[in-house]
Amino acid sequence: MTSRSFFLRNPSVLVFLAVLALFTLGVTVFSEAYGSGELSTSFVKTLGKTLCLALVAVAMDLVWGYTGILSLGHFAFFGLGGYMIGMWLMYERTRTIVVTSMADAPIPPTEQEIVDAIGTQIFGVVGSSEFPAVWAFADSLVLQLVLVVAVPGLLALVFGWLAFRSRVTGVYLSILTQAMTLALSLYLFQNDSGLRGNNGLSGLQNLPGLGDVPQSVVSVCLFWASALALALGYVLAAWIVSGKFGSVLRGIRDNEARVRFLGYSVEGYKLAIFTVTAMIAGIAGALYYPQAGIVNPAEIAPIASIYLAVWVAIGGRGRLYGAAIGAVFVSLVSTWFTGGQAPDIDLGFYTLSWVDWWTILLGLSFVGVTLFAPKGIGGLVDLITDRRAPQRHGAPLGPDVGSLREQEADE
Amino acid sequence: MLKRVFAALLAAVILALPAQAQDGTLGPIQTILQEHSDAIVKSSRKTIGPAIDAVAGSGLPQAQTVLQAWQAKDMWQRKADGLFFLAKPSGDGFALTDFDTGTEAGVAAKGDLEQIKPNAGIRALLGTALVQFQLLDPDRARRVAALTSVERDPVAELIEPLAGSIEDEPDAELKARKERLLARLTARFGATTEARVTAIHVLSGSLAVEARGVLNQVLTLQPPALAPYPEGAIVARTVTPGGTDLSIDAAYDLMVAAGQAQPVPTVAERLQTLSANIDGGRVGGVPVAQLNTQEARDRAYLALVAAGTVPATSWTPEFSKAESVAGAEFALLYAEKDAAVIEAARATLKGIERKVAWNQTLDLGLDALSLASIYFLAAIGLAITFGVMGVINMAHGEFIMMGAYTGYVVQQFIPNHTASVLVAIPLAFAVTFAAGVAMERLVIRWLYNRPLETLLATFGISIALQQLFKNIFGTQARPLTAPDWLGGAWTLNDVVSISYIRIAIFFLALIFLGLVLFIMKRTRLGLETRAVTQNPGMAGAMGIRTDRVNMLTFGLGSGIAGIAGMAIGLFAKVTSELGSDYIVQSFMTVVVGGVGNIWGTLLGATLIGTLQKGIEWLNPSNTLAAQTYMIIFIIIFIQFRPRGIIALKGRAAGD
Repeated sequence: MTSRSFFLRNPSVLVFLAVLALFTLGVTVFSEAYGSGELSTSFVKTLGKTLCLALVAVAMDLVWGYTGILSLGHFAFFGLGGYMIGMWLMYERTRTIVVTSMADAPIPPTEQEIVDAIGTQIFGVVGSSEFPAVWAFADSLVLQLVLVVAVPGLLALVFGWLAFRSRVTGVYLSILTQAMTLALSLYLFQNDSGLRGNNGLSGLQNLPGLGDVPQSVVSVCLFWASALALALGYVLAAWIVSGKFGSVLRGIRDNEARVRFLGYSVEGYKLAIFTVTAMIAGIAGALYYPQAGIVNPAEIAPIASIYLAVWVAIGGRGRLYGAAIGAVFVSLVSTWFTGGQAPDIDLGFYTLSWVDWWTILLGLSFVGVTLFAPKGIGGLVDLITDRRAPQRHGAPLGPDVGSLREQEADE
Repeated sequence: MLKRVFAALLAAVILALPAQAQDGTLGPIQTILQEHSDAIVKSSRKTIGPAIDAVAGSGLPQAQTVLQAWQAKDMWQRKADGLFFLAKPSGDGFALTDFDTGTEAGVAAKGDLEQIKPNAGIRALLGTALVQFQLLDPDRARRVAALTSVERDPVAELIEPLAGSIEDEPDAELKARKERLLARLTARFGATTEARVTAIHVLSGSLAVEARGVLNQVLTLQPPALAPYPEGAIVARTVTPGGTDLSIDAAYDLMVAAGQAQPVPTVAERLQTLSANIDGGRVGGVPVAQLNTQEARDRAYLALVAAGTVPATSWTPEFSKAESVAGAEFALLYAEKDAAVIEAARATLKGIERKVAWNQTLDLGLDALSLASIYFLAAIGLAITFGVMGVINMAHGEFIMMGAYTGYVVQQFIPNHTASVLVAIPLAFAVTFAAGVAMERLVIRWLYNRPLETLLATFGISIALQQLFKNIFGTQARPLTAPDWLGGAWTLNDVVSISYIRIAIFFLALIFLGLVLFIMKRTRLGLETRAVTQNPGMAGAMGIRTDRVNMLTFGLGSGIAGIAGMAIGLFAKVTSELGSDYIVQSFMTVVVGGVGNIWGTLLGATLIGTLQKGIEWLNPSNTLAAQTYMIIFIIIFIQFRPRGIIALKGRAAGD
């Protein structure tokens, strides 16, 4: 390796950061709180959420595009991060409400009375009033922030250790991660899981202690936080994949057995990247859900993780900017179509309503991308930078893996 | 019997008596009514008993008519002579019917008559009295109705009429039912200890819910009581305060009620006292703002007590109810006072419960088998496409869903359920076979050897198909009705039963197991499929058309999924999400069983089905938890057998 700086070796990082900075400034200038107000508060929130999705997509790209592990569990880590921050947000906000309502009592309430009242307030919907053990640290922002990375990280560590050490790979691993996600969401759907069952945690958009600050300002602040997290996450991911560690990851993706024979601890590398990306996903979730306002088990359902894979595939896996572009592009287009803004198409005998047909279009375009454009949107960049894949076009001459293809045989 | 003979004799005596009225001799039933005329007219629940007993016990054929008329408020008294008649509105007045002869007795104006209006209590007594007639009614349906009403509302008075009706019962089934009912009634309300104990022994071995209900009623516990216990009470078990049976507060209240302890103010009461005694921003000298700890509140309360504002109690900050109740003895007492009956009931109930437990295990086994066959059906198509061919088809669940919708659509055109199911099965196969072949041709064949991309592409198809069916059929569940002969359940006894649909699915699963094994092991297609899967290049060199074989095999697996969907739709709701409910379990079944082996899939389905039912049995209220734990178990299971229960060895294993 030469002594050239990290950014010089990875010009795409600088370009990405510059675009992100411009975008953030643009949104701020046009926001209601600090600018001309062209962008509504709810749209600023949508953009902020999109940046969080881009961050989790970058994490997904690390684990899938670079290491070849198609994890269908990263959105579960994302949701867990949301749950962790949601617990603190909900606890503190309910505390504010309870203290206010108790202030009228002739005798000031004791700490225990306040906690009991918060419990009744939060768990009334599931017919309980006791705080379950998982809420033990809900009153401490610092501890809860630690849990945002610790809980997804620990789950990924335990699950990954179990899965990788028994050499579960490829599609089996995908199915296993999907099963983990399903188990987690089914568990959270129960009322006695201690996280309010299918009600989930709500009212997260009201940040405690900022009751007087208007939502328009809060939305811009969260947008900035999301942009910062995305920038840091992107740089971290780029740093990881640019060094030796990244080379080993790509080696594992291309041929796991050879990397193992070279003496690398394949399981250790996989476990490390799986855990780190789970933590990044947790942070992304912790920033996403205060902007969404509610987190419930349906968010964690396996289909969400599948969509995450869809974004990364459409954006172009194996390149970090591709994942971010895919997440931003698909989720914004998705919002546009499902939000009812897309004009319906009148076919005469049938009116094609995009709210209903968008998912079908998405599914089919996903098939199309997989079949015809495996590089995704990110592949368009290659046209500019003139990066070419080896010419191996034409149909394979035999049905075996790696058989010669027509054009190669001609040469 | 004796009583009836006596009643008949009495009636004969009454008949013989020259009972005179204004217009001649009174009939026997009218005589009885006249004897109790005062009580009947007074219509008081307290005094009516003898009157009803006299009529019901008269043994006269008209007694039932009288009681029915009385109960229906159709019995009227003629003011002129005090005689009772069955009266029905007729024109301006009422048509009278003589109770004894059943003949018309003219029409009377409403003003000349007095209606006998029994209140609800008396009508209930009349109903009880009527039961004995209904139990002997020649019409079987009426006897059944009477039995059912006794079963629903058992009372002590019915023991005798019920016992009397057993001997003449012509229907063997009803007779047995009457005997069981009599045993249950006697066990609860029998007059003597011996009778009750005998009746309880009759109940032993019965799996009926009612028998257990009666025994449990005999063994009913009263709320916890404080020692010393009332005279003759039998202790079921002693309880410690603070447990589930008795809270510490309730135990202390019991002691207060018994005079063994002083009432003390609760936390809430003390708080109320404090807020009632705020004086210039202070309570008992403590500033209100400082009252936000329990310790400060206690101090303030003590100050109030010291000042005499609040009456002194034995309460101090150190006082603990738990310590106060620790020395006392509490127990749950039986409501029943007869020790022999309790002993017999306990022993019998224990025996019954053991038997019930065995039967429940059997029932659980049947449930598990049925769930296993459902999982097997859902997974067997996958065992071919994923297990044998190695193609990950995430749209498999949607093929199941398409099969179910095919069944629904066929039922819209063929109203006869049997015919529609028979038509729908091949049609479901055809539809999903076509869909499978189309998918293989258009998508999957470009992605062989790239399993992760196959997975993604089929995901795309899966979400598109799901949304497409949602658009066509809407989000609400569509009914797919099973033919009538599949309705109902096969009931072995009160505990063990299984619906015919589940039995049918079990046999369907067996048929498919045989069919798939046959195709894979005995037909040319199966041979070629296995050849292509193991070594496509060599198979191609041998002249096998690999493309065609792949296409047909994939179509076969998809077609079987369609039929499975038909079968699942018969008992589950048909929605566009039907398939996604089964997809993860199906993959799990194949992976746990061992990829590439049909028998493995069978074992996997059995394991997963049994496991899920077992976990549900441990925690019956929560099927979500059962699924969660099952998936966790599978994740751990794969640690120990990563290649499933039946692992392929050697070259067939692929890598």
